[in-house]
Amino acid sequence: MNLSGESDAGAAWAAAAAVPDPEVPCVSVAELGILRWVRLEEGVAVAGVTPTYSGCPATLAIEFAVEAALREAGFEARIERLLSPAWTTDWITEEGREKLKAYGIAPPVNGGKATLFGSVSVACPRCDSLETERLSEFGSTACKAQYRCISCREPFDYFKCI
Amino acid sequence: MAVWEALLELADDHLVLGHRLSEWCGHAPMLEEDLALPNMALDLIGSARTLYDLAGTLEGKGRDEDALAYFRGERDYRNCLLVERPNEDFAHTVLRQLYFAAFMKPYWDRAMTSTNAVVQGVAGKAGKEMAYHIRHAGEWVIRLGDGTEESARRMADAVEALSIYVDELFDSSDAAQDAEKAGVLPVRAEMREAFDAVIADVFSQALLTQPDVAYGQRGGRTGQHGEGLGHLLAEMQSLHRAHPGATW
Repeated sequence: MNLSGESDAGAAWAAAAAVPDPEVPCVSVAELGILRWVRLEEGVAVAGVTPTYSGCPATLAIEFAVEAALREAGFEARIERLLSPAWTTDWITEEGREKLKAYGIAPPVNGGKATLFGSVSVACPRCDSLETERLSEFGSTACKAQYRCISCREPFDYFKCI
Repeated sequence: MAVWEALLELADDHLVLGHRLSEWCGHAPMLEEDLALPNMALDLIGSARTLYDLAGTLEGKGRDEDALAYFRGERDYRNCLLVERPNEDFAHTVLRQLYFAAFMKPYWDRAMTSTNAVVQGVAGKAGKEMAYHIRHAGEWVIRLGDGTEESARRMADAVEALSIYVDELFDSSDAAQDAEKAGVLPVRAEMREAFDAVIADVFSQALLTQPDVAYGQRGGRTGQHGEGLGHLLAEMQSLHRAHPGATW
C-alpha cells in the first residue's frame, strides 16, 4: 500500500467509485452522484453515500457494495449515509447520462421546472426523436417512468428528474 | 408534549398510507397502476423510516423504527384519520392520495428550512416525490370525474366520503405546536392556501364540486381511530409480533 495519504485517498475513491448501481448496472455509483466523497479518517476509509428516492430499496445494497469494494481494496471501511442536501438527478455526471442513454434509458431532462400538470419533452434514447409519449409515471424501479417513442415505436425507460 | 411525538405523528401518517397503498400490489386495475401504487407506497414508507428513526433518537428510550412501527397498538398510533381510510374502489384511493399529497407538498417545501437537519433531508426528497403523487393522483381524479357516468358517480361518492377527513390535516396537536415553535416542523394551518389551489384546479377539471363540510372528523392525533386501522395493524404487525426481531 502506498504510504502517501493523498494517494491512499485516491485509491479508496477509485475502489468505491467503480461500484455499479445494482438496478442500473451500466453506470457507477459515482456517475449517478450517489457516492459523494471518500475520506480517510485515522486509517479508515469513510464513504459518504446518499439515497436517491426516499424508499429506494437499493440503498442498503449500495452501501454494502461500496463497503465491500473498499475492504477488497485493503481499507477498513465505514459508510456515512447523507440525507441533506437531498440527492438530485442534476448530480448524474455527463458521462453517466451518456451511458444511461446508450443502455436504452433516457436521462433526466434537466432545467425544465416541472409544473403541476406540465410535461417535459423526453428524447427517445434510440432514435433521438422528441415525439414520445408517457405510458406511466412510475416504471420498473422507483427512479424511472415508462415512455414510448412515437417515431420508432420503441418503448423505453425514462430516468425521472427530481 | 415533546417534539419527538410530533415526528411520530408524521411518521405514522406516512407508514399507514404507505401500507394502504401497498395493499393494491397485485390487485390494481392494470399493470401500470400495479407498479405506480407500490412505488408511491415506497416513497411514503421510506420517509416514515427516517422519521421513526429520528423520533426514536429524540425520545431517547432506545426504540428503533421497528419498535415504533411494530410494537404499538392502535390507540398509540397518531396518524390522521384520512390515511387509514380503506382503499374501497379506485376513486377512493386516488382521491385520498390527492388530498394527502396536496397537503404534504407545501408542507415539505417549507420544512426545507427546518432547524433539524434530518427533517431538512427528508423534506428535500419528499417534496419532489409529492409533486409526482399530486400529478398521478390528480390525473386519475380528472379522468374518473370527467369520465363515464359510472366513474363520475363513484368519484363523487369518494369526495362525499373522504372530504370530512380533510380538516384534520390542518390541525396541530400540542406536540406539533411545540415542534412548530422550535422551528422543526412547519405550521400545519399555513398549508391551506396551497392545498385549496391544487384541489380547486383538479376538481374544476374533474367536474367535481367541493362539498361544504359542516363537521370534520377528528381524533387520530389522540389515538381515536376508525375500525380500519386495527385490521391494518394486525396484518402489518403479525409477523413481527410472532417472530420479534425477524429480519430478511
